[in-house]
Amino acid sequence: MWHICSNIKLKFLAMFAIILLNGNISVAEDIDYIDITNPFLNKMPIAIPYFKALNGTADEKKMVKSTADLLSKTLEFSSFFKTMDRGAFLEEPAEKGITLKEVEFKNWTAIGAELLITGGIRDAGQGRMEYELRLFDTFKANMLVGKKYISTIDDQQIVTRRFCGEVLKQLTGHRGVYDCKIAFISTTSGYKEIYIADFDGQNPVQFTSHRSITLFPAWSKDGNWLAYTSYYKNKPDIYIRNIRDKRLVTIKERGMQITPTWSPVQSELAATLSYQGDQEIYLLTGNGKVIKRLTNSRDIDVEPTWSPDGKKIAFVSRRSGSPQIYMSDIKSGLVERLTYEGKYNTQPSWSPKGDKIVYSTMEKNEINIFTISVKDKKRIRLTEDSGYNESPSWSPDGNLIVFSSNREGPSRIYVMTSFGTDQRRLLSMPGEQTNPRWSPSGIYR
Amino acid sequence: MNKFIRFSLAFLFILSSTLLSISCAKKPVQSDQSRQTEQEVTEKGDSEAEEMDQRTMEEQRMEEERLAAEQDKLQAEQEAMAARDKFASEDIHFNFDSAAVLDSAQNILQDKALYLTDNPDAMVVIEGHCDERGTEAYNLSLGERRAEAVKNFLVNLGVDSGRLNTISYGEERPIDPAKNEAAWAKNRRAHLYIDSD
Repeated sequence: MWHICSNIKLKFLAMFAIILLNGNISVAEDIDYIDITNPFLNKMPIAIPYFKALNGTADEKKMVKSTADLLSKTLEFSSFFKTMDRGAFLEEPAEKGITLKEVEFKNWTAIGAELLITGGIRDAGQGRMEYELRLFDTFKANMLVGKKYISTIDDQQIVTRRFCGEVLKQLTGHRGVYDCKIAFISTTSGYKEIYIADFDGQNPVQFTSHRSITLFPAWSKDGNWLAYTSYYKNKPDIYIRNIRDKRLVTIKERGMQITPTWSPVQSELAATLSYQGDQEIYLLTGNGKVIKRLTNSRDIDVEPTWSPDGKKIAFVSRRSGSPQIYMSDIKSGLVERLTYEGKYNTQPSWSPKGDKIVYSTMEKNEINIFTISVKDKKRIRLTEDSGYNESPSWSPDGNLIVFSSNREGPSRIYVMTSFGTDQRRLLSMPGEQTNPRWSPSGIYR
Repeated sequence: MNKFIRFSLAFLFILSSTLLSISCAKKPVQSDQSRQTEQEVTEKGDSEAEEMDQRTMEEQRMEEERLAAEQDKLQAEQEAMAARDKFASEDIHFNFDSAAVLDSAQNILQDKALYLTDNPDAMVVIEGHCDERGTEAYNLSLGERRAEAVKNFLVNLGVDSGRLNTISYGEERPIDPAKNEAAWAKNRRAHLYIDSD
């Protein structure tokens, strides 16, 4: 079974490789268009029939449809899959059976399903439910993932999210975003405060109560701390706050303190401070002490973002007369300019894979999101004709980008694939939402 | 003898109690008398009345002077408040994505420097603002540079830098929320005011 699993993974990786190759060739000719050769346009057709009530109890029957629907919806969030219409199915595992021996794979290959998920629910008594979930490769007639979960009757969402993580890990090598949160700013209370929601925008909870202007949330690599800027004491200061017990660390330096961002490899931050007279980027300990200065120009230097190996930062500088994105080596201090197209490039965020930086460009009266390849500086446009699209942030698996947009009027939080497809709004709450930041994996359980 | 003593004691007692009752009644009696006296005086000769008129006039004059002084003080306070309001009402405007102090803003800043010379105790807050275009972090930096540019201009005109505090609000606090060039031009500003603390 193992070799089949890795074959599927290889198939997925091969698809990526070919697409990236094609992408590079076409991008070289023309940079300003939405890339149409990407994995998210060739979605994997997956069949998710209704689950089987294994003991046939009323509680089981109540859950077999809703759990299958929830699983479909959750899996679709990754944008890798196209869930197939159940009306086309030739067999019903809920009746016939959900195990490898019981599934007739030619019934699934015949309708074009490359993947199949079957599920069974068993009432385990005392308010506990048992889930049997299986992922099959229909063409190879093999099981790729088989999992059994026991949980309370209310934990349907946790179970489906965890199984979706297993499916993605099997197919892409990464568990995806199902155990992530998103921090963002909302004016719901009348003030700009930080909120934290699940990866899909559900269950937003207010995190700060400064009753002031609060901006730029940034997750530490272990997901235990949020650094951010607040005007709580009538000037923009950085606060470093523990997610659970709300322990607080501050930075002593005078002047403006903005755009903190945590190192992906250790408990250090890069942030913009102005205590030496102009805006420069500094390296700080997790306790808010300055280690060293990372930039050196008389004009604006702001918005650092780390390379995934923690050896470089990319940042915005006006040293050439307009805001452009630069990269700097932490150790040597060597600086390289990355963006040349456009007169206003800001908000860089380095991809977890390290190959691209996503950023926003102001063009006429729009702000649009682009990715740029670190190696050859090729740009790919991700948004167009949709107002201000700002603050892009990568999901930890590098497949999705969360951002804010005022395309529907007030600013809201949206998500799209790293190629700009599947753009959708994540949540709808009073006020305006900005500055979304994806947490590292593993903080949602 | 015994009788005489008893009599005299009784007399003393009566006398003292009478005296006491007189002294108790003394105040109202006297004031009644003095009022009568006053009335008599006014009805007396012309020269004394004139003297009294002059005194009243003198008192009036002094009162008027006092009122005038108060008026002046009030006016000065109003003028100071108006000057202070004028100081805070005139914003310094900037070009898009620029923190350079424009020629057109220099007269306003010279007026502000004069005001600060006349009011040497005044502490100033300089807020830097941007229009909504562009992005938050960059605009916070730009706003800080606008506030610093205004501060440097005033320092060059002789204002002590210790009196000038800067803060940037970036694009967080537009004064005109409209999405057009006129609104954006208003929002790209440095706003100065006297810190009352």
